[in-house]
Amino acid sequence: MSSDAMAIRAAEASGKPWVETLHEWVTTVDHKRLGILYIVFALIFLIIGGVEATVMRIQLMRPHNGFVSPQVFNRLFTMHGTTMIFFVAMPVLFGFANYLVPLMIGARDMAFPRLNAFSFWLTAFGGFLLYFSFVGGSGLYGAGNAPDVGWWAYAPLTARAFSPGHSSDYWTIAVLVSGFGSIGTAINIIATILCMRCPGMKLGRMPLLIWLNLVMSGMVLITITPLSAAQIMLLVDRYLGGHFFDTQAGGSAAIWMHFFWIFGHPEVYILIIPCFAFMSEIIPVFSRKPIFGYPVMVGATVCIGFVSMSVWAHHMFTIGMSSYSNAFFTLTSMVVGVPTGIKIFNWLGTMWGGKLIFKTPMLFCIGFLFQFLIAGLTGIMLAVSPFDWQLSGSYFVVAHFHYVIVGGILFSLFAAFYCWYPKITGRMLNEFLGKLHFWLFLIGFHMTFDVMHIPGILGMPRRIYTYEPGRGWDTLNLIVTIGTFIQGIAVLVFVTNLIYSYFKGPEAGNDPWDAWTLEWSVSSPPPEYNFATIPTVASRRPLWDRKHPEDPDSRYE
Amino acid sequence: MNAITTPITQTPGAWSLPYKGKVAMACLIIAESSIFTIFVVAYLFYVGKSLAGPTPREVLETPIFYTICLLSSSLTIHFASRFLERGNRAVFLGLLFLTILLGSLFLFGTGQEWHRLIYEHGLTISTNLFGTTYYSLVGLHATHVTVGLLMLGIALLLGLAGRVGPEQSARVDVLTMYWHFVDAVWIVVFTVVYVLGR
Repeated sequence: MSSDAMAIRAAEASGKPWVETLHEWVTTVDHKRLGILYIVFALIFLIIGGVEATVMRIQLMRPHNGFVSPQVFNRLFTMHGTTMIFFVAMPVLFGFANYLVPLMIGARDMAFPRLNAFSFWLTAFGGFLLYFSFVGGSGLYGAGNAPDVGWWAYAPLTARAFSPGHSSDYWTIAVLVSGFGSIGTAINIIATILCMRCPGMKLGRMPLLIWLNLVMSGMVLITITPLSAAQIMLLVDRYLGGHFFDTQAGGSAAIWMHFFWIFGHPEVYILIIPCFAFMSEIIPVFSRKPIFGYPVMVGATVCIGFVSMSVWAHHMFTIGMSSYSNAFFTLTSMVVGVPTGIKIFNWLGTMWGGKLIFKTPMLFCIGFLFQFLIAGLTGIMLAVSPFDWQLSGSYFVVAHFHYVIVGGILFSLFAAFYCWYPKITGRMLNEFLGKLHFWLFLIGFHMTFDVMHIPGILGMPRRIYTYEPGRGWDTLNLIVTIGTFIQGIAVLVFVTNLIYSYFKGPEAGNDPWDAWTLEWSVSSPPPEYNFATIPTVASRRPLWDRKHPEDPDSRYE
Repeated sequence: MNAITTPITQTPGAWSLPYKGKVAMACLIIAESSIFTIFVVAYLFYVGKSLAGPTPREVLETPIFYTICLLSSSLTIHFASRFLERGNRAVFLGLLFLTILLGSLFLFGTGQEWHRLIYEHGLTISTNLFGTTYYSLVGLHATHVTVGLLMLGIALLLGLAGRVGPEQSARVDVLTMYWHFVDAVWIVVFTVVYVLGR
């Protein structure tokens, strides 16, 4: 029945002129299509940001390299950071949230479909605006085109005197606009989760992915907005002659740091919590066991949400805060490790005694667990303020946060791709290419980011465009660069897999992983209306109940 | 326990969830509060740090009358939506109009104060830190008042066209929430700018 309907629609689609198809995608308000748009947008920017990283690594491959000029290098690291955080990580996670949240709670769409489309296009135009700076940014002064003030854009650098032309304005407005998009999506996700759940889906029965996206969206509301406020202040300074960050007129450069990091640190948790969500859905299915400690997982997430909002100044230990501030932020930064540790134990507890299936999604999950643990441990090291005084602004910090973002966030994203690609496209990803992707990426990742800690400890500062030979950094930097290339090849394998499997992959069917949440109960890809009849659930694993009527979960709730 | 939960899931009538408009507005208010918090913190941080005059003590006058206008408009909009709920559309429209009038009066007061500061005291957004923080904080609030007035105006126009009945009262309630928020923010801004900041 449903396959008949799909066949008819496919026939219709193939007969359509491409302009009409394009028009449909541009004007869509369907949460699934918007989710795909978010994800594709983010993948394109992932490639762009990755190329920027690779160019930087080529420049740093050997001392006194002249691959790019210092000015271009400044632009590269600024654009790389801004792109990866605001136009890769945020949109791809919002994309998955958009796609999965209504399906998992048994709803037909998000609460506000048009707001959803509006938010996506805000984010998209933010990204286009940022990259338009390459051609439009030089302004009247013939000054540098793309933003070159670092992704956190510390205060005196962004003043008119030090950043003439319009490059910093492009940065400010791009981030501001995409921030409004994020707030719109966050409001939408919260309203969807609280108001659109199918009958029986009580808060305590929501899949953990839903819970974690709820917490993430709540954090977006509270922590993206300070950045928006700070960007408005920066615009007032640059365009209306204000003095917020103007030290010549009594303003403070440090207050920009506070405002930025009040956003900046919780942002890391905004990015990692949806990744925890992927872990909490994928690990149980591939261990053939329900998640261990569901209520504790929810509690730990909420706890992370709160505590992570009071740790921001650990990015600022070197600016000379009082010893009380240093002690406070050291303490809170260590405390936030506790609920995170609880989560890792719960995932291990889920795997313990389970029937592990080592398919590609599970491999990436296991990689995540190891790497996120190490990233957390170097995080604890950096939270100790005296240690941070020594290593702040060095490659040790760069290695630490790339361990979180690549080793944690990107690995879990790859796991999510391999897990939900069959649902989104109706085709399985190729398992051989998937394993090749995993092993290449794993090797490249560890070559790059394990080794990168060492030049940091040896004193190599971040954001330098070259260095003197003979300081013991040369070979290490070469290894780091080689690792980058291996990661690049792995990503190409991944992209090849995405494209190849879209056309040639085996049919996935409704439920290729024998999973338990509602999105697997509908066809792949799901019909436009998601559910012909709105489902009713009686436990945390509605599909388990349906498959095992003799022993449903609802009996034990 | 089991015997109690099962029948609830089987009768869909018992399944009720909050109204999405209210939830979304509550979220927006949380986000906006965060923006205002940052501006308020900046204002307080920079109190007394201007290198040149004029200072708040010299030039600010407490706008008691206009504050009363804005705060009482919260009452009028509240009763407007209550009357709409009961189906009394004439009183609803009257009170809605009164709300817009009071809000506009407040905005006029802000404009008058800015005019006085700019032309009599030469205080602009680029004069000193006080000017920068004062105009951006008060201006941010005035922007929100303007947006609120526009939305109330649309509601009034639709109401005059006979399109707003008791069945729309939930939507008017969402607008009411926003207006209450704008008023509540003014209490904070008032306290910070005219009481603590002088």
